[in-house]
Amino acid sequence: MYLYDDLDRTLVAERVADFRDQVGRRLSGELTEDEFKPLRLMNGVYLQLHAYMLRISIPYGTLSSAQLRKLAHVARTYDRGYGHFTTRTNIQFHWIKLEQLPNAMADLASVGMHGMQTSGNNVRNVTTDQWAGVAPDEIEDPRIYAEVIRQHVTLHPEFSFMPRKFKIAVGSAAHDRAALRIHDLALRLHRNGAGELGFEVMVGGGLGRTPFLAKTIKPFLLKRDVLSYVEAVLRTYNQFGRRDNIWKARIKILVHDLGAEAFAKEVETEWRTIKDGPLALDNAVFAEIAGRFRYPDYVPLDDAPRALAEARRADRAFDVWFGNSVTNHKVPGYCIVTLSLKPEGGTPGDATAEQMDAIADLADRYSFGEIRVGHEQNLTLPHVAQRDLPALWRKLADIGVATPNVNLISDIISCPGLDYCSLANARSIPIAQQIASRFRDRNLARELGRLHINISGCINACGHHHVGHIGILGVEKNGEEFYQITLGGKADEDAKLGTLIGPAVPFAQVADVVEDIAAAYVELRERPDELFIDTVQRTGVEPFKERVYATR
Amino acid sequence: MTSPLDQKIKITGPVVVTANRVGDGAVVYRRADGGWSTRLPEAAVTSNVATAREFIAAAVADDLRAVGPYIAPVKLTADGGVQPGNLRELIRLGGPTIDLPVTF
Amino acid sequence: MPLVKSGQIVEDRYVRALDDAPIPDGAPVIVQAARFLADAAELVARDAPIGVLWPNDRRVAELAPWLDELALVALHFPKFKDGRAYSQARLLREHYGYRGELRATGDVLRDQFQFLLRAGFDSFEVRKPADALVFAAAAARYSVFYQPSADGRPPALRRRLQHGGSPAVRTREAV
Ligand code: SF4
Repeated sequence: MYLYDDLDRTLVAERVADFRDQVGRRLSGELTEDEFKPLRLMNGVYLQLHAYMLRISIPYGTLSSAQLRKLAHVARTYDRGYGHFTTRTNIQFHWIKLEQLPNAMADLASVGMHGMQTSGNNVRNVTTDQWAGVAPDEIEDPRIYAEVIRQHVTLHPEFSFMPRKFKIAVGSAAHDRAALRIHDLALRLHRNGAGELGFEVMVGGGLGRTPFLAKTIKPFLLKRDVLSYVEAVLRTYNQFGRRDNIWKARIKILVHDLGAEAFAKEVETEWRTIKDGPLALDNAVFAEIAGRFRYPDYVPLDDAPRALAEARRADRAFDVWFGNSVTNHKVPGYCIVTLSLKPEGGTPGDATAEQMDAIADLADRYSFGEIRVGHEQNLTLPHVAQRDLPALWRKLADIGVATPNVNLISDIISCPGLDYCSLANARSIPIAQQIASRFRDRNLARELGRLHINISGCINACGHHHVGHIGILGVEKNGEEFYQITLGGKADEDAKLGTLIGPAVPFAQVADVVEDIAAAYVELRERPDELFIDTVQRTGVEPFKERVYATR
Repeated sequence: MTSPLDQKIKITGPVVVTANRVGDGAVVYRRADGGWSTRLPEAAVTSNVATAREFIAAAVADDLRAVGPYIAPVKLTADGGVQPGNLRELIRLGGPTIDLPVTF
Repeated sequence: MPLVKSGQIVEDRYVRALDDAPIPDGAPVIVQAARFLADAAELVARDAPIGVLWPNDRRVAELAPWLDELALVALHFPKFKDGRAYSQARLLREHYGYRGELRATGDVLRDQFQFLLRAGFDSFEVRKPADALVFAAAAARYSVFYQPSADGRPPALRRRLQHGGSPAVRTREAV
């Protein structure tokens, strides 16, 4: 967990005062909506179908229990008692009133939270692996670098009015859990031949209307150069990215149009002029930032304690949950617990104020006061002692966040869609609910194994449909909701964009189509443990397509 | 974004002008007297392009009270009632089509 | 359109000679990029200050040979959301070492003053008179900055290091 000091707190407080003044000028008519809109967007305030929406930044998905309680307070006081965790590991409140926003922001500022740069054409929340700092397969805690970058780009005087938004992710594990290749800029920590630590730099990834996976423009960048290189990329983009067409304004188009090599050359030229200036980082800087992350005082514990094994034997439901939602930790005797925000009949990623309060209490008791948000829209308790699992499980089940469906077919990523979003073509959430209810039989879902369904209500792709094993995209045809289905997408270290299988299907048929796809998979797989995504990769989409459209 | 005034107005049936209220974002409809109401039946309805253009021009000028005005289709019922003309407008008026998270 | 310099509304002593307008003798004048480059040697040899109005889609590198002689460079914001001139300003100040007047023109509004100052601008053609009146207050809204920039103020990272001490100890409150 990162500890804010007086400087960080002062900045957030100044931001609240600034925004209070801007809201005041808007309400008094001094600012027109055209002038106010970019200002509110810079603070994460959107206008949706029914109300304003406030998006709060959760840097690299790490929350303290105090922060989660404050989010519960905001949900209760200024909204309708719940919040929605997003694929950018932020939280948004869908029923906020403009008049009350400055007060809500001030309350959040008391725990160092804000909506800065959760919208607008600036650098958005820097994300990383939700298991950062605890995953056995990581080289170093990537949040240190994410925090260095977060600070640098916050209210950056040069990069607050870029052609379009800009998303950065940092990873440092063998397995990519941060969806690096779908980012505008991604940094992957690794060691070079000489054993030095540095970053692979990838640019130009992104979903939306023209999806691209990021291309590597620098295989190895020393840690000391990370800020100067990011600055050079942003400067190149700020000057040369297209501004004449919103659909062509992301950096992916610039990289594509120039070619990755020419783009890299432009960046390299700029970077050489600034790399040895004030942005060169020494170890003191990294140590300073690293020193602000609080790590738990783990106690020496036995791995796989007997009591745990007994509890698993004694209670089948606990055992199923354990097998599904608990992951290895780098410290013996501890584990990582995923809290499913995908209960049957619920909205993916939603949590009520009561759940947030209860999870904050459980985090205090069982996870050193720390909670993580993952881009799959679930929460994580990152430091749970294995011996506490049976007790924790019962309490999680009591508040409805122990559905053992993590990574299974009903663990669906879904954007808010037409139920909330003014840009939507079609609804997302009811589709997710129909599919989840179709596969409510836990044995069936387990039998299907790891399977990611991602749903977006429009081509903006907030639900990351292009990289879902099954991707579902809402489109509109003659005023009706239709859905395009893609197969074979994935967002890991071997990222791929899904392939469209055929004409869009109407709202009422989407769950049937998913059922057909699942049935085809069961017939096509070579072995019971061949994953869905591997089967699709082996066979291509043809056999699935035949199955789906044979009767339609 | 193109201002609603520069957009071509295409009308195939009865329409109203709708927007969101500045202070709280609530969905509002423009009344014949130039005010705004959260109740659709109070909205001024027209099927005439010229009138719709007048409505929208007046609404745009009212930037202090309403954000993002646009022309939305409505359906007139046999008994003279007004209903939203498409799914989006139905959701704007009636709220999300899903159950909101219940507090346990 | 009021001109603000050093936090004050001041009279603009420059005359704009746009397109082919005649250049008045002995008066400070601003000309457009193409005209300046076509006649640069002659224009800088005049006995009055010369400024150039530079578009935001042309590389400032082209100005490099003349920066010592230019009294003013005016960069342009067609819309305040079009932030290309911020990069141009920082390049002029930090890379090319330009020390003359750097003026922001176009859609220059109150909520951007601080960004503009930090990027190296030191004069402002403010679009709304009301904004010009509150320039000083609007420019002083923030006291903490995370990044080094053309204004030379120390970023938070350096301030912390200068103050030394173990951050974990100095931090009062865990959030
Ligand atoms: S994908 Fe489209 S519908 Fe879904 S939240 Fe994003 S903009 Fe809205």
